[in-house]
Amino acid sequence: MDIFLQQVINGLVQGSIYALVALGYTMVYGIIELVNFAHGEVVMVGALVSLSVIERLAARGYSGWTVIVIGLLLAVPACIALGLGIERVAYRPLRKAPRLAPLISAIGVSIALQQLAALIWGRNYLHYPDILPKTQYAIGGAVISEVQVVILIAAAVLMAGLWILVQRTRLGRAMRASAQNPAVAGLMGVDVNRIIATTFAVGSGLAAVAGALVGAYYNVGNHTMGFLLGLKAFTAAVLGGIGSLGGAMLGGLLLGVIENLGAGYMGKLTDGAVGSNYSDVFAFLMLVLVLVLRPSGLLGERGIEKV
Amino acid sequence: MSRLLHALFLSMAIVAVASCGKAESPAASGELVVKIGASNPLTGPQAHLGKDNENGTRMAIDDANAQNLTIGGRKVHFELLSEDDAADPKTGTIIAQKFVDQKVAGVIGHLNSGTTIPASRIYADAGIPQISPSATNPKYTHQGFKTAFRVIPNDTLQGKALGEFATGKLGVKTVAIIDDTTQYGEGLAARFEEAAKASGATVVTHEHTDDKATDFRAILTNVKAKSPDLIFYGGMDSQSGPMMKQIKALGVTSKFLTGDGGCSLEFITLAGADGEGIYCSMPGQPIDKMPKGPDFMKRFNAKYGEIQDYAPYCYDATMVLVQAMKKAESTDPEKYLKVLAGMDYDGVTTHVAFDENGDLKGGVITVFQVQGGKLVAHDILSSKP
Repeated sequence: MDIFLQQVINGLVQGSIYALVALGYTMVYGIIELVNFAHGEVVMVGALVSLSVIERLAARGYSGWTVIVIGLLLAVPACIALGLGIERVAYRPLRKAPRLAPLISAIGVSIALQQLAALIWGRNYLHYPDILPKTQYAIGGAVISEVQVVILIAAAVLMAGLWILVQRTRLGRAMRASAQNPAVAGLMGVDVNRIIATTFAVGSGLAAVAGALVGAYYNVGNHTMGFLLGLKAFTAAVLGGIGSLGGAMLGGLLLGVIENLGAGYMGKLTDGAVGSNYSDVFAFLMLVLVLVLRPSGLLGERGIEKV
Repeated sequence: MSRLLHALFLSMAIVAVASCGKAESPAASGELVVKIGASNPLTGPQAHLGKDNENGTRMAIDDANAQNLTIGGRKVHFELLSEDDAADPKTGTIIAQKFVDQKVAGVIGHLNSGTTIPASRIYADAGIPQISPSATNPKYTHQGFKTAFRVIPNDTLQGKALGEFATGKLGVKTVAIIDDTTQYGEGLAARFEEAAKASGATVVTHEHTDDKATDFRAILTNVKAKSPDLIFYGGMDSQSGPMMKQIKALGVTSKFLTGDGGCSLEFITLAGADGEGIYCSMPGQPIDKMPKGPDFMKRFNAKYGEIQDYAPYCYDATMVLVQAMKKAESTDPEKYLKVLAGMDYDGVTTHVAFDENGDLKGGVITVFQVQGGKLVAHDILSSKP
């Protein structure tokens, strides 16, 4: 039983990172119906910027969570600026263009950002310094580390904050209105361009946090780290129902848990024929299954409030 | 019409200038330029190892050039063509074809078994001798190619020695095996598994990951459930370093043993304090016991810094190739290949001589333990395959 619990804990931690990134995909999709393929790269930039800061502080002997927070204080504005820049340069001019044009533009931005990061940070794996406490807590036969606890709490707080922002504030109402019908929202006095930019800024800020958490969790960073993470997060967003905030959160957590359980139990279920290296296959099989049964994703329904 | 003529003249002029430039450099000095190819991962997770290999090879090339050798009556100048295969088998074969097209006299590489084995067919078809300084998968030299050599003991020896070391010296009864599903990792893990079983240990689980993964918690949780005495990892340091941290974070207390791919400074940096006390192996002697090891280390450190892993083997591989050309008085692969197969050379790492497959004759395996952030030689094993 403790093994099952351990796999679920690991899955939830991985899943909450997926969820944070998935929110960025789903928010942008909800408002302009664009799959922002450069979003994974924004996460990577967030991770590498915070890494650079953390490395310098660690070299001067600072340690602990404050260092990560200082790293975030730089990474979040950097990613917000990057997100706004991408929207302004690559997407806004194409807003009235055929649907495929901004998609190609997004892929282009993604490749350009990867190469730019390779120029700035090099192509080698960078490692995070050992600055975080290694405290572990035992629960019911499984262990959870302090880093994992912090990731879970940070993700939960951010998601709750986002929920309040969208559901309870004037800005959130404007976002929901723009998502439902940009033309009418404009007529009602909503500055749609500003709302779209804000959506990108919020998504990119979350991406920066996700990037820093990924770095702290796995202790490595690299210019290609955003690609697979972005793909997984996009999958999570589709699994939950793209365009739906709750869907992105649920999809992220589910994907994390499915992956870990898949890696954990696949060998046993198939009697060793298919090993733990097929956990990605397992995750995507689940996605196909969900989409066959519910084409709009778990929580994605026509007419649902989307942002 | 006049414009066309103009363009024609211009292009002829360019061609003339270009061919002049080409003909001038070697001919003017009367030197024979001998191209030697080296292919290593210079980007990606294993870039540090690739750079180390390149440096070892470059040092040998510089030394050979400093000796002012004459081959077949002509003064020779060795030129290193270094390429990046990113540890990717597909890229490795593209580079191999490029080396063949550039008519290199010989190849030092590749670093990984996964890139070396597919590339070896291309070199064999072109008749170009290839010496790998670090590919340890037995298959490389057992494909019947006359051009494939290596200067490092292979994994038949390493896996067997490690299996016996685990059950004998470490006294473990149960082992969990993890590999990275590359030719190297899977091959070494399989040899280890055979040897561990043969000497009485039980393999409780065999898990797989890949050579780009960063999250191993799911498979490690499975391993933890079996609470083995020892975890063996077949793979490279860029995975085993972060893996070690996750092992400790999950509260697993099993001993940890890995092969030459994880026996590097990079592993210690990546694993940090969590790497303390683990065991890893390198084919060959520890550097201070190598015939010319201390001297090599001093010169290498002064020029390039710390040795990561295989630099001394690259030096030997290059020198053996150069000496074979000198002895054959020819840089023509067809002529010096036969001499190479029968070489007897006192290298930095050991006395280099090849058996009928192109494998290094003899050879030992050294087990290191990480102590105080350093690799300390723990035991020297000589198991006959």
